[in-house]
Amino acid sequence: MTLSVSVHHRFPGIGIEVDFDAPPGVTALFGRSGSGKTTVINAVAGLLRPDRGRVVAGDTVLLDTGAGRVLPPHRRRVGYVFQEGRLFPHLTVRQNLLYGRWFAGLRGGDGFGRVVEMLGIGPLLARRPGALSGGEKQRVAIGRALLSEPRILLMDEPLAALDEDRKAEILPYVERLRDETEVPILYVSHSPAEVARLATTVVLLEAGRAVRALPVAELLSDPDAGRAFGLREAGALLPVVVAEQAADGLTRLDSSAGPLWLPRIEAAPGARLRLRIHAQDVILSRTRPEGLSALNILPAAVADLRLGDGPGALVQLHAGDERILARITRRSAETLGLAEGAECFAILKSVAVAKGDIGAG
Amino acid sequence: MFEALSPAEWRAVMLSLRVSFWATLLSLPLGVYVAWVLARKRFWGHSLLNGLVHLPLILPPVVTGYLLLLGFGRRGPIGGFLEQTFGLVFAFRWTGAALAAAVMAFPLMVRAIRLAIEAVDPKLEQAAGTLGASRLWVFATVTLPLILPGVVAGAILAFAKAMGEFGATITFVSNIPGQTQTLPTAIYAFLQVPGGEASAARLVLIAIAVAMTALIASEFVGRAVARRISGQ
Repeated sequence: MTLSVSVHHRFPGIGIEVDFDAPPGVTALFGRSGSGKTTVINAVAGLLRPDRGRVVAGDTVLLDTGAGRVLPPHRRRVGYVFQEGRLFPHLTVRQNLLYGRWFAGLRGGDGFGRVVEMLGIGPLLARRPGALSGGEKQRVAIGRALLSEPRILLMDEPLAALDEDRKAEILPYVERLRDETEVPILYVSHSPAEVARLATTVVLLEAGRAVRALPVAELLSDPDAGRAFGLREAGALLPVVVAEQAADGLTRLDSSAGPLWLPRIEAAPGARLRLRIHAQDVILSRTRPEGLSALNILPAAVADLRLGDGPGALVQLHAGDERILARITRRSAETLGLAEGAECFAILKSVAVAKGDIGAG
Repeated sequence: MFEALSPAEWRAVMLSLRVSFWATLLSLPLGVYVAWVLARKRFWGHSLLNGLVHLPLILPPVVTGYLLLLGFGRRGPIGGFLEQTFGLVFAFRWTGAALAAAVMAFPLMVRAIRLAIEAVDPKLEQAAGTLGASRLWVFATVTLPLILPGVVAGAILAFAKAMGEFGATITFVSNIPGQTQTLPTAIYAFLQVPGGEASAARLVLIAIAVAMTALIASEFVGRAVARRISGQ
């Protein structure tokens, strides 16, 4: 099911003008705070009525100001996971989970057990929200939204209020949500790491405007978008297939750019993964390097070269069917004589492919 | 102690309890609704409604009683209509005492409930809406359970105020023994006749006992409800 969103709304000081289509999977709304992310999903949920707008989920029109059709929030069947959880304090976890289910006319059913199992919240059912940790609260909030069997799931920075450990605790559950359910997810975030790990599609918002909507791998390897993400976070997403577990503890991953060797990854051969390669962890060489400890060297060609205002340069490379970003100095770019079409080798520091950035894809 | 009461004193106590009970019970739904409107709605006339609700608190009770007499007396526009249509009479009946008590206690009730509603995070109500609950269901399943301590406090406050209401009652429905003579008006009447001090003193003790019981009950219920909804 595809979600089509068009929201035009004037606030004092900022105008929101956002149009995009969200294919199935996770569509991340990415941008700084104040760029209009929450306004957009509130308009989808019906919590905000935009001056002009149209929201269509599959073939159901949720909002069409032109035709005067505005469904109230409770008739939109939109699951909303808020940043602060917003669990009902007077109800137990089980009652919280069943709240939306009751209004959707769903009694019992096997869905309950499946969601509880997927989120690992079985032991919490009899507790009250006041006795839960932040991470537990968010898992229950996700379960509550999911159990109302929504057409779309909206998540407004669901991890922002959590520390790194709690984030790491929840991310796998959101990934399972993406991979095991059919519900399209709109995911608001300002964290490049979260977006790179979870998103299928990214809508980049700047000052109330949708700058672009692209599949995540294309966006991450785009030098212009790299700047929006922040240079430290710029990098590419590389889809790979687990090929072989070697005896010395390394795993071979095949990509269209060539084979890559990583410290053992617990996945069966044939499993599809995506690797995140930060631009600052890529070294370029014009000749095939020899006598180097780095294992992962991919032949590539320069696709685009962006010189920044400072001493840095961002190089986009074609490697096989994939694109990789490298962040080098302007001086190196000149010394190496890099220009569009130049052949070179991308050396990935082995540590660059961090385990935390490996997500099922 | 109850054997010590004369039939006249006994009637005054029972009448006061009956008047206060019905005054509180029947005004409670309206009190919750008005408190919700004042807490959550912004509309033209908001200040006017707020002022109207609080008027009995500021006006001299005699004035309130007189206005009730003008409006709800048998020849008053509302009183006449209610008598002809429903056979409901307020003037010089215990029902009139209940109406006077309800009007006088209403501001206190609304204030307590409004404070409770303003303490409820509207974000919780929004969340309930996205989960499929209509406005009415949101109120019944989220707002109401969360404001219950405030509602209980408001009701008990109103009950205590109704028990003590004097000026509006005596102006509107007079002081007829067995009909409209409530605890405070009975105390007043006993103090007007020679040798009535003993009766007045007994009623004063009862008034104190009722007030203390109401306060302790409100503490107890409030704490129990607060514990339940704190989410622990």
